[in-house]
Amino acid sequence: MDTSETTTDVKEEDEHHEHPSDGKYMQIALVLAIITAAEVATYFVHIGDALIPTLMVMMVVKFWIVAAWFMHLRFDSKMFTRFFVAGIVLAISVYFIFLTVFEFWTEG
Amino acid sequence: MSEETTTGLSHNKLAMWVFLGSECLLFGALISTYLLYRNKFYDGPAPGDIFDIPFTSVSSFVLLMSSLTMVLALAAIQRGDIRNNRLWLLTTALLGAVFIGGQVYEFTTFIREGLGYTTSPFSSAFFTLTGFHGVHVSLGIVMLMSLLISSYRGKLTQKNSETVEIIGLYWHFVDVVWIIIFTVIYLVPNPTS
Repeated sequence: MDTSETTTDVKEEDEHHEHPSDGKYMQIALVLAIITAAEVATYFVHIGDALIPTLMVMMVVKFWIVAAWFMHLRFDSKMFTRFFVAGIVLAISVYFIFLTVFEFWTEG
Repeated sequence: MSEETTTGLSHNKLAMWVFLGSECLLFGALISTYLLYRNKFYDGPAPGDIFDIPFTSVSSFVLLMSSLTMVLALAAIQRGDIRNNRLWLLTTALLGAVFIGGQVYEFTTFIREGLGYTTSPFSSAFFTLTGFHGVHVSLGIVMLMSLLISSYRGKLTQKNSETVEIIGLYWHFVDVVWIIIFTVIYLVPNPTS
């Protein structure tokens, strides 16, 4: 088997994607700025019990936008996404258990 | 990237992603520890009394926009535009420096108001978490300045744009960590004394 040919094919498939234009990046930054403004607004406007879920959703959306567009996970090999997501999932699992053991969810 | 690899992917880039995956565990530990100790401020200032949300919002916005300038620096070097690459790298480093300046100001203010590193479990956890993040941003600034120096020496060209991409990944990661810290530590309602 011609290994070099195979790896080149994979590389082309995985890494040779068109990245967004500068204008697109600026549009994405504008979206991030709007979400940040909305996050900060929650400090001044009382929204009751919806506050924490709203903040968490906006945080996750911002995280995803930066990872997908600015870190190019949308365009790069899925292998990179897998390694990064593995770290995130492991961290969330370990520290969820850690916080549960120390009764964070029940006692704050 | 010029060399062939068994995966067809750049080993350097893959190593950076693995490193960033491991960094999630580091920051996860620091954030979880802070959450456990945020109510333990004893006689010292409480988080709700001392945090200046409008000020931190501005510095968070500055760091967020540095991710835009970083990706513009990468886009510039990938199309061989050395001049704009230098401009955006310098802008990113400056925005990072503004963020660090804000953090130094915040820490100084807190210490003046009686919140030292050993004042309470809350203060230790807070300074450790935000301090570790600040060190990451500072290292990022050093890496950006190194790229800039390499560029002026003629060593940073379109051919080795992957170096900018890898340092960019680190920079964006530092930004996404702050997205979490800003929400979980500052914006989620904090206890007051």
